[in-house]
Amino acid sequence: MDSVTLLRQKDIISVLSTGTRVDGRKLDQYRKANIRVGVYEKADGSAIVSLGNTVVVAGIKLETGEPFPDTPNEGVLAVNLELLPHASPSFEPGPPDENAIEMARIVDRGIRESKSIKSSELCIVPGKKVWIVYVDISAMDHDGNIVDAAGLAAMAALLSCKIPDVRVEGEEFLRLDTKKPIPLVEKPVPVTVAKIGDYLVVDPTLAEEEVSDVKVTVTTLESGVVSSIQKSGSGTLTEDDVRKIYDLALEKGRELRSLLSAGGE
Amino acid sequence: MEVGILKNCSGSAYIEQGKTKIIVAVHGPREAHPKHLALPDRALLRTRYHMAPFSTGERKSPAPTRREIELTKVIREALEPSLLLEEFPKTTIDVFIEVLQADAGTRSAGVTAASLALAEAGIPMRDLVAAIAVGKIGGQLVLDLNEEEDEHGQADMPVAMMPNLNRITLLQLNGRLTKEEIVTGLTLAQKGIGKLYELQRQALKSVVEKNIGE
Repeated sequence: MDSVTLLRQKDIISVLSTGTRVDGRKLDQYRKANIRVGVYEKADGSAIVSLGNTVVVAGIKLETGEPFPDTPNEGVLAVNLELLPHASPSFEPGPPDENAIEMARIVDRGIRESKSIKSSELCIVPGKKVWIVYVDISAMDHDGNIVDAAGLAAMAALLSCKIPDVRVEGEEFLRLDTKKPIPLVEKPVPVTVAKIGDYLVVDPTLAEEEVSDVKVTVTTLESGVVSSIQKSGSGTLTEDDVRKIYDLALEKGRELRSLLSAGGE
Repeated sequence: MEVGILKNCSGSAYIEQGKTKIIVAVHGPREAHPKHLALPDRALLRTRYHMAPFSTGERKSPAPTRREIELTKVIREALEPSLLLEEFPKTTIDVFIEVLQADAGTRSAGVTAASLALAEAGIPMRDLVAAIAVGKIGGQLVLDLNEEEDEHGQADMPVAMMPNLNRITLLQLNGRLTKEEIVTGLTLAQKGIGKLYELQRQALKSVVEKNIGE
């Protein structure tokens, strides 16, 4: 951290020591989350998610293609994330950098490892044709915690996504006009906790992220099972931190999940 | 583990963990290139985690994959807290991790070897960093899965720690675990890391003794 950031960190820590945050939230308080689904007609599923002043959109396109040789009867999930130059003066156009790739992979792992998509139901012709679910996420406005917004947007878009019914004849298949929802059995939700000094804060703003030593993103399911963890940043954690972060992630994850089930607002 | 096996870099280390084989080279501290990358108050730590095309079952294209880019980042962030980078302002320290053969656990073994190479390069550090993955297979938590186990496993949780300071510097999870399993897994990882640390110490000791002998 440079000296200006260190000064800002000192400021933010002195506020945290009074049990509150610079924006008035409690340490374990999530920002107001807003979810809107079905915002783009040409996408097979889409969502806009805002967490305070952070805004992220996700769109899904379905394509048919060949399955991976080791999973011939399963569909494919592909998550990509772009940090649009709109979102922050520090974002440059161009191929995704390591931050964008890391966040996309956190979202991808959280969904994939939760086994929430019944990927066998994305199979059209075993070994030959499966649905490939492309989830493309764009960060539009960056006030911290893009990864949680991205994970939430991806789930909201998946929940709104419809797959065309198909009629299979031998190795050929026909797309029908009717559609059905993507088979989802779980709703994995990532929650990020930042460690600033000795304080743990959920859903950090950009100002908090900039002065944080380390962030941990934990994707939980309703049952309490974790489907992905990622420590990010150059700080360190104790075992006790990990326990506390898990508890926060589970509690906040449940709040966000009920928002997803209610379809936004 | 072997330290100092390359002669044209500041520090190097080689690690074999089962069939996983990795070589690490450190260059620096050296003048930052390009110059605008230089930081006024500390050294810039750069890492590269890369898999050789012949390291895997099927040939891997030498171009960096998204996985390698992510691992490069988490490995850098696993090593950074151990180093006193403020001792070398305006310089870069480059850590190159080359996976010669991959049989799972490459990021962990890469971190363990990289910390040794940094020690040989004489970069002052708070502690060594050692890493190991906790896996879950057949409902059982185990340490250091190989590739075959990893393919059939239910979870993979790589952990890096500074063993003397008892701090976690890398933590990831791929797969499904409960809170209890995570906590038990961390304790298991700590044990494994303790053993790796002893091997690291021995490897450093033998290179120092060899150098004194020469």
